[in-house]
Amino acid sequence: MTFPKNSVGLVTPQRYVCDTPLALQNGDTLDGYELVYETYGKLNADKSNALLICHALSGHHHAAGYHSEDDAKPGWWDACIGPGKAIDTDRFFVVSLNNLGGCHGSTGPRTLNPSTGKSHGPDFPNVVVKDWVNSQVALADHLGIKTLAAVVGGSLGGMQALQWAIDYPDRVKACVAIASAAKLSAQNIAFNEIARRAITSDQDFNEGRYFDAEKNPERGLGLARMIGHVTYLSDDGMGTKFGRDIKSGDFGSGADVEFQVESYLNYQGRAFTQYFDANTYLLMTKALDHFDPARETNGDLVEAFAPALCKFLVLSFSSDWRFSAERSQEIVDALVRAKKNVASAVIESEHGHDSFLLPIERYVAALGTFLNQSLAEHLIQADGEPI
Amino acid sequence: MTLRGDLVLIRDLINANARVLDLGCGTGDLLANLQTTKNVNGYGLDKDPANIQVCLSKGVNVIEQDLDTGLRNFADNNFNMVVMTDALQAVRDPRGLLREMLRIGEECVVTFPNFGHWRCRLQLGLGGQMPVSKHLPHDWFNTPNIHLCTTQDFERLCREENFRIIQRRVVNTQYTEHWSIQLAPNLFGSHAFYRLGRTA
Repeated sequence: MTFPKNSVGLVTPQRYVCDTPLALQNGDTLDGYELVYETYGKLNADKSNALLICHALSGHHHAAGYHSEDDAKPGWWDACIGPGKAIDTDRFFVVSLNNLGGCHGSTGPRTLNPSTGKSHGPDFPNVVVKDWVNSQVALADHLGIKTLAAVVGGSLGGMQALQWAIDYPDRVKACVAIASAAKLSAQNIAFNEIARRAITSDQDFNEGRYFDAEKNPERGLGLARMIGHVTYLSDDGMGTKFGRDIKSGDFGSGADVEFQVESYLNYQGRAFTQYFDANTYLLMTKALDHFDPARETNGDLVEAFAPALCKFLVLSFSSDWRFSAERSQEIVDALVRAKKNVASAVIESEHGHDSFLLPIERYVAALGTFLNQSLAEHLIQADGEPI
Repeated sequence: MTLRGDLVLIRDLINANARVLDLGCGTGDLLANLQTTKNVNGYGLDKDPANIQVCLSKGVNVIEQDLDTGLRNFADNNFNMVVMTDALQAVRDPRGLLREMLRIGEECVVTFPNFGHWRCRLQLGLGGQMPVSKHLPHDWFNTPNIHLCTTQDFERLCREENFRIIQRRVVNTQYTEHWSIQLAPNLFGSHAFYRLGRTA
């Protein structure tokens, strides 16, 4: 098989083993940890063209390219990462990792706890966005990258990008938050809680100790995914994709009718349980709920953004109701009041929250133009200053 | 980069390092110029995707926002200057927007096509049809210009609203002040330019 011309092609995940303890926001300390990551493109001589991808709830390090010749599908954000694409690997050195607490190779609930010889399971600490950013900084240090040309993320990934801008202002030049929020709304938290309850009420959940018992709370995790999936799409988008099409049965004969949308959701739920971990799902949704940088500044988001030095791009989608355009507007308004450089666009799309993963023409153009323009600015500055 | 004549007039009013908001910023020419020549912290609002894309390519702080949704999301006194070129006549609530401009900005600059220009008067008064000109190129049925006014109308609103007219320039299509305009601005000026402040 030959890969498409604008693909990064074959990629191999790498592993960063960190022996430096990581102090977590909840007071715990991780003595050491491992992060799985991939890179695309070439790091330039002065290491000034690095771009970090932060993944969302169910994402991971494999954002672009293929792991083998036989891979049916490329990485989850292949639509936007590659030579000549919005995140142009001819210009940027792209780093994409699996976050702590994930279930795709980085240290998390599924990995072995060396002190017990069993998997961490529910005992894995509740890491939050700030912890992820701190671990990403360690990875950047490991790669010799002092300053990121950009940090980019959608949804929960956008929250990490914003946290970078706040916590490490002198280490990031551009921040892109896509379909994200400065904090979740009550409705959004509610959906997360329903998903969590679906998981924890599955008998096979076993208080989180299912992995060593060789069980998997498939019904609960699948249901959680189905709920999530509906909220990531829009009414119009589902109407276009499925309508009232019938998969099996018919109304005339009295045979049970299964709509296409039911079949699709059930399939998505089942498939998810085969590659995702229930404890990770709980951890990720809690990190989403927890995120609120303004908590440290008495609820004042303008004040929270005060330390930031980078320029921002805030993108949202017209039909996204899980992370609506209004939530993005709140970020933009606070950034303007904080006198930060910010641009924004509300992209017309019927694909709901999932739009951020799709190659929507205007979205891709806006993202690519912003990144290339700010990289050019950054490289001129970097050239002008003696290092 | 050469700036359009009316934008040069505006640029000359803006101090270095000022905070500027440009309502209906189009392709961001004014802001891009101010950023490089005056180190201005500027933002532009626009609703047109093509314009926004051009602004991004220039590194302009463009924010997607429809002026008809208002400016409630901006804080009081957040800008030194709020600029609106040739959009006043196309918004749903011009008076409300002018009030908002002077709430969030210390001063504002507003430009608009003067409907009192003799050509307009001639076309309507003698020709009996809605005026179509260089500044007003649309037909009545497809025009975005729903709140056209004359300089006389505008100044009456300023008096009623206690807006302070700091400066007024009325120009012709070449953005120059011909002697005839100074004589009768509302008759010979095709374009009006007002710098407004709050009444002390």
